[in-house]
Amino acid sequence: MAIAKKAVVWGLFAAGGTLTAFIYPALIALFLLIATGHVPDGLQFEQIHTFAASWLGKACLFIVLFLSVWHAAHRIRVVAHDFGIRKDALVANAVYTIATIGTVLAAFYLFIIR
Amino acid sequence: MSRKPYVRPMSKTTWYMRNGRYKVYVLRELTSFLVAFYTFLTICGLAALSSDSPERWSAFLAWQQCTAMIIFHGFALLYFLFYQTFPWFKLAPKAMPVQLGEKFLPDSVIVIAHYIVWVLITALIFWLAGVI
Repeated sequence: MAIAKKAVVWGLFAAGGTLTAFIYPALIALFLLIATGHVPDGLQFEQIHTFAASWLGKACLFIVLFLSVWHAAHRIRVVAHDFGIRKDALVANAVYTIATIGTVLAAFYLFIIR
Repeated sequence: MSRKPYVRPMSKTTWYMRNGRYKVYVLRELTSFLVAFYTFLTICGLAALSSDSPERWSAFLAWQQCTAMIIFHGFALLYFLFYQTFPWFKLAPKAMPVQLGEKFLPDSVIVIAHYIVWVLITALIFWLAGVI
């Protein structure tokens, strides 16, 4: 990979890693609460819809999802190498394509929430 | 070249099993799949929200309400804390040392600052979500 590209991918990895380390335990805990049936008030349709429809909510959600999906993609690429898959170009194309799809979907859904 | 160099036999798929540090490294790196899973789960939630119908949001919440998901989320939470969040805080002073004049800020200060910020951010998210 070209050095210029590598810096961009590594920057996304580092930013996403920091963000997920701080935020994902709380996110997983919220999903755990949902699974147990104790859906907190803020996750009822009215409240979460208002949050996701606000510009601040949209911006927060997009930044978190965008950085996280690229962070995961970069690390899964390295994990594939660690588990003996040596077709790096193929793996890189696959994971970065999935990350691009995730980014576009997140942007699209946030855009149409109003 | 007639020389035949010795190449240490090394498995490409199970090399990390021979050393405890390598095992921890691989266990840590596997959290990337959890990041991907929860990112796409959240995007599924956004898809349900964007339809603008409370029924689809309720359906999104309802299909996750089973014992298997409780166990999965519980396991994921512990795994994520011990193999992503805490190691990330531990390595932060190595990745971003803070220099003050001639000296460096002690590692412990940076690590403790991370934990404090983490507690505050978690409290903020729980407050926004109406948990606390």
